[in-house]
Amino acid sequence: MRYVEEFRDPQAAKSLLSRIAATADAIGATRAKPVHIMEICGGHTHAIFRYGLDRLIHEGVEFIHGPGCPVCVLPRSRVDECVLLAERSEVIFTTFGDAMRVPGTRKSLIQAKAEGADVRMVYSPLDALELARRNPDREVVFFGLGFETTTPSTALTIRQAAREGLGNFTVFCNHITVPPPIRVLLEDPHMMLDGFVGPGHVSMVIGTHPYDFIARDYGKPIVVAGFEPLDLLQSVLMVLEQIRDGRAEVENQYARVVPEHGNPVSLAAIADVYEPRPSFEWRGLGEIDASGLRIRDAYRAFDAEVKFAIGYGAGPRAVAEPEGCACGQVMTGRIKPVACPQFGLGCTPEMPLGALMVSSEGACAAYYQYGGARAASQVQEPAE
Amino acid sequence: MCLGIPGQIVGIVDEDRQMAMAEVSGVRREVSVVCVADGPLETLIGTWVLIHVGFAMSRIDEDEAARTLEALRELGEAQEALEAMAAGAAALEGRA
Ligand code: SF4
Repeated sequence: MRYVEEFRDPQAAKSLLSRIAATADAIGATRAKPVHIMEICGGHTHAIFRYGLDRLIHEGVEFIHGPGCPVCVLPRSRVDECVLLAERSEVIFTTFGDAMRVPGTRKSLIQAKAEGADVRMVYSPLDALELARRNPDREVVFFGLGFETTTPSTALTIRQAAREGLGNFTVFCNHITVPPPIRVLLEDPHMMLDGFVGPGHVSMVIGTHPYDFIARDYGKPIVVAGFEPLDLLQSVLMVLEQIRDGRAEVENQYARVVPEHGNPVSLAAIADVYEPRPSFEWRGLGEIDASGLRIRDAYRAFDAEVKFAIGYGAGPRAVAEPEGCACGQVMTGRIKPVACPQFGLGCTPEMPLGALMVSSEGACAAYYQYGGARAASQVQEPAE
Repeated sequence: MCLGIPGQIVGIVDEDRQMAMAEVSGVRREVSVVCVADGPLETLIGTWVLIHVGFAMSRIDEDEAARTLEALRELGEAQEALEAMAAGAAALEGRA
């Protein structure tokens, strides 16, 4: 979809686009000297490409795709640990489908499954819990993955397992939090971001205050946005208006779903079950202080890292990225996906080399799926 | 996985564990309502909620539910969520 006429409300879209253009002009944004706006959430990245917003919008506004796709920032070392767990004969390894194809050093989970490991895709950690109830002679491990949208679900599932006294259910916790990598990006001396579109469903859980530091300490605007195209356009306009007026505030465009203080039950469950790790590795960004969560001692019986002596503390961690992969540079907005030498050649959605090509929320996969492949064939030889 | 999908609460499964039956795009699925419940669960019947990986995380109105579902369909995320629910059911039967 690249025509405004196909929007739910074309009139509203046109009017937003022209107000965006006028505001961008007022700021003096041009193709040569654009305003850089980062959409943090991978869902927004996907929507921007799906609706061609990057092409419809004034040429002085450039989207930088943020680190908000949990599959994309999952380091190879953690995938390797998943595979090790899945290959144990007593283990039923359960995971969201998104994680199946993420490449590890040796193999992905889907390859491990093909070679005989008992890996099962589930929709919810509650499915994994039910599997544990039904298979008392097996160890059911759930691959806890995701930002604050999925963290409450595993916290609440662990609490339920504790209540039932289940002895064969653990979580391999890879939950990460949105604010720390944003701080890292803002500390980067090469950083050129002018404002942010904040995640919608993450903010539904955590509220808007965790973003206060972006406005207060770094003087950058951030607008929490819904993911319909009109929400995104409205939010971009709000960011531009803040820039034009010299303001830096946390605004909430998605107040119909996002309460200022988040969801209290979810936040209490997260705080009860999890605590921040000293640091956690992000693919492309490296180790980031206090950016990942681990299971508290009170619930250590449900921690797969403790039960199977794997993960942090169990050995050296650094695993290099694959040869020729530019995921790190794409993730920090330094280059566009098509500038990666592997894009469309050694790295496609069918055979991903880097994680940004795996999920439809990854910038490389989105570029590839929605016409970026054409752009690539203009700068390099066609893929086939 | 990162985007919630709208569903309507159509029944109560287990008051004690705070589990309810939701209908998502014609598909029924047990969900936890612990994050949106205040008071007896019956009061939730008929309510629209945003569901994340089996947990209702926020109450929304019917209009918001319809527009969100439309946006998710456009992104292919609604189909993905429904496939994931089917995969979850299959995993429990040992078929996947
Ligand atoms: S094209 Fe592949 S290897 Fe290159 S940055 Fe994207 S995901 Fe990484």
